[in-house]
Amino acid sequence: MADSRVRTATTPPLLEPSAWHEIELEVNGEIVGAQVESRLLLVDFLRHRLGLTGTHVGCEQGSCGACTIIIDGQASRSCLAFAVQADGASIRTVEGLAPSGAPLNRLQEAFHTEHGLQCGFCTPGFLMSLTALEESGEVGKESIEEHLDGNLCRCTGYVNIKKAAHKALLGTSEEAAR
Amino acid sequence: MSHDAAIGEGILGRSVPRVEDDRLLRGEGRFVDDLQIPGALEVAFLRSPVAHARITSVDIAAALALPGVVAVYDGASVADRVEPLLNSEELRVPEGIRANIDPIVRIQPSPLLAVDEVNYVGQPVAMVVAESRYLAEDALELIDVEYDALSAVLDPEQALVDGSPLVLSDAEDNIGVHIEHGTGDVERAFAEAAVVVEDTFVSQRYVASPMECRGIVATHDPFSNQLTVWSNTQTPHRVRNHLASAIGLDPEAVRVISVDVGGGFGQKGILVVEELLVPLAAHDLGRPVRWLEDRNENLMAGTHAREQVHHIAIAADAEGRILGVRDRMIVNLGCRNMVGLVVPYNSLCHLVGPYRVPNLRITATGALTNTMCTAPYRGAGRPETVFAMERVMDRLADELDLDPWELRRRNVITPAEMPYRTGILDRRGLPQEYDSGDYPEMLDRIHKMIDLDGFRKRQQQARSEGRYLGLGLAMYLEATGLGPFEGAKVTVLPSGRIRISTGAPSQGQGHRTTFAQIAAESLGVPFEDVELVAGDTRDIPFGVGTIASRALVTAGNAILQAATLVRERILATAADMLELDPEDLELLGGVVRPKGVPGHELELADIMRALPVTPRGSGRDSLSETSYFQPPNYATSSGLHAVLVEVDPDTGRIEIDDYVVVHEAGRIVNPQVADAQIVGGTAQGLGGALFEHLQYDASGQPVTTTFMDYVLPTAGSMPDVRLDEVVCPSPTNALGVKGLGEGGAVGPPAAIANAVEDALRPFGVVVHACPLTPNRVRDLVRATQL
Ligand code: FES
Ligand code: FES
Repeated sequence: MADSRVRTATTPPLLEPSAWHEIELEVNGEIVGAQVESRLLLVDFLRHRLGLTGTHVGCEQGSCGACTIIIDGQASRSCLAFAVQADGASIRTVEGLAPSGAPLNRLQEAFHTEHGLQCGFCTPGFLMSLTALEESGEVGKESIEEHLDGNLCRCTGYVNIKKAAHKALLGTSEEAAR
Repeated sequence: MSHDAAIGEGILGRSVPRVEDDRLLRGEGRFVDDLQIPGALEVAFLRSPVAHARITSVDIAAALALPGVVAVYDGASVADRVEPLLNSEELRVPEGIRANIDPIVRIQPSPLLAVDEVNYVGQPVAMVVAESRYLAEDALELIDVEYDALSAVLDPEQALVDGSPLVLSDAEDNIGVHIEHGTGDVERAFAEAAVVVEDTFVSQRYVASPMECRGIVATHDPFSNQLTVWSNTQTPHRVRNHLASAIGLDPEAVRVISVDVGGGFGQKGILVVEELLVPLAAHDLGRPVRWLEDRNENLMAGTHAREQVHHIAIAADAEGRILGVRDRMIVNLGCRNMVGLVVPYNSLCHLVGPYRVPNLRITATGALTNTMCTAPYRGAGRPETVFAMERVMDRLADELDLDPWELRRRNVITPAEMPYRTGILDRRGLPQEYDSGDYPEMLDRIHKMIDLDGFRKRQQQARSEGRYLGLGLAMYLEATGLGPFEGAKVTVLPSGRIRISTGAPSQGQGHRTTFAQIAAESLGVPFEDVELVAGDTRDIPFGVGTIASRALVTAGNAILQAATLVRERILATAADMLELDPEDLELLGGVVRPKGVPGHELELADIMRALPVTPRGSGRDSLSETSYFQPPNYATSSGLHAVLVEVDPDTGRIEIDDYVVVHEAGRIVNPQVADAQIVGGTAQGLGGALFEHLQYDASGQPVTTTFMDYVLPTAGSMPDVRLDEVVCPSPTNALGVKGLGEGGAVGPPAAIANAVEDALRPFGVVVHACPLTPNRVRDLVRATQL
């Protein structure tokens, strides 16, 4: 924690009724140290304490996938984890996909050209689940379908999301969907 | 005037990739909860746990004493300060409707917080403002409310029966709306008909469910005495006006800014009490205050939609030509009528859609019940009414032993009959007139796309093998481009870039791209040079918003008008500078030059620099024009959905083999964006057809308050929708555009129900309602075997 690269999240001024914990974790390649209370959700920690607001909250019930991030290589719902559970973990969020100024990555680019987003609220969750799939090395038509089913989108009707996923991960948008 | 739109880059009508994507794909969207506002307090609401009760006491003392809690409001503390909420513009009954139909329209204002009675589960009873949402929720536990239960009524038809419990104890009955309207002589039509079909079709309660729930942040700045509100509303100017009058401020002192919005679909187009309470607290406390609705709140107490019952009858001659339609519809309004005539009247005037129906009689009754209020949701009354009409059409086809496609072909209005008057009044109280459309062409396209004849053969073949295939059609119209107006300000910035401001924000429809296409084309500047501010009330003083498939028609044409004026001023100013005649100049690619004389080019930035010293610039220091467009009539879009399914009578599983939509929405500005609107809407309609049902138990508890219980479509449940379009430019506006945002959602329930019934015809199944879950389908099959 004495490392000068360590970024320390500000602790809210207020004493909340449950216990505090010191945690240290890696977020998008940066080491972060913080004091968190037991009940603080990981998604709230990322969004409100670290200012990484790209990860969205659509349900807080584990069913929409908008809050999907990658924890130690696995796509995970950050609304179903407490910040304290992420102690020692390595986390990636949508902000880590294409650092500011850098061009969009292949998956992001495919969402753009295939018009795979409308309001864009669900988009970070889709990007992170598909990124985890891509890195797992198990990309296939079926595994794509399976991963997409874990995320809800209310705008697009999924057809263009499927096309984007197929284009980026399989190199073809042709027979996307069905 | 539409030739004006040909100026420039030829970018109108092209699938330009969206400008808004880059930020969103990087996680740099700015949704309400993403705004970093130092010192913001957070709000949680205590909501009624019972459907109907008298409140005997509210004790907030313990909650107030909790460290971190800054304020607690209850009904008593706001009732004497703020009038109950009324979505007041909905109150007005248009003159023509008042004079000719004289409907009953009663609007029951909503108290901001319940005072001595609660009327549905989820009604806000108290509001806690605390240093964090976690603490605010802790404090909710400490508020003590005592309820004295009253009887509740949940079923809309029962609510209308004499002697039914009253939903609002001080009301005289449970009627919110009653309309009787029609044309021709229905009695005679039915008496003379060769065939009459009569049945009841029900549209269940389902909801918008945008992925981002409602949210609002407000802050009051003592320096400027300005109340600033960031909201994910679809209608920022309405919010400003309501807020100003509720809190007692000048509208000038309130600025509402719509930020990124994670989907609206109508739910964010209606003002709700939470939207008044949060700014009120910010104003009181002198600190920023934020409320983010959670999913549980949204499903329980965000506006609901769709619930209607139709007792419909259709009369036809022996060839299947429709002679008359009679419909008695009951709309479940929930505990208060929030938007007056809007939904019932929309249902009424969209019932017969593309069909020639000489004799028509409709009664629409809006009933109050002890449930959350219903309000417009994508399609606003159309999916419900189209469900009734398209189902009864298929029942009629069955009765006459005609193919449903053929029955439709015999009854659709033809292009030669356009503009077509239906004989009833539209929602503005004027004679309803369809502006343009080609319904026979749509039917022909569908016939080819699904290979109707081939399908019928396959269906026969499959039946002999014990497999059940079905075809469902659904046709509808959509009166789009609702007024009264929308405005746009087009400004040349000192850099030469163009900024458009309008009151119609985007909730994902891509306005930043499509509006810029219109401006670029009509000005003659590169598309990349145009930027958009949509939904900031300080940027444009008046606005209506993005609701009811209206933004492209109203804001789009306002942009065209304003851009045309700005273009004239640019040319006139340049003419002064060059000492030439404006007629000898052209503006192309963002530069002004004498026609056909290369070399003498003026950039817009040069003109801006010169502007203050030219005669034209004096007194007007910018190249900026604001223009308002008032549509003279609706622009009538239409659509035809066709779905091929296979139904397994044992498991109840419905497999969608093919889904085709032919739509007609006038001239298309950005085909990729337009197609995506249709597909997105179709997915929402399919949700209603197959999965979604907001249910209450017998005591009035909503039982579908998570996405585990309220089932939305996922990627795996969506077919690859095939699209085709017919283009009939609207004569009602210079761009020739029509709205299409809602259309996709209208067709699927009827199309799917028709298809399932067609598949299960050998069993004699009749589908009266959706969602057609596997359980429901199995029950339908079993019921025929008893
Ligand atoms: S917010 Fe985490 S799954 Fe919905
Ligand atoms: S793009 Fe709006 S929810 Fe997916």
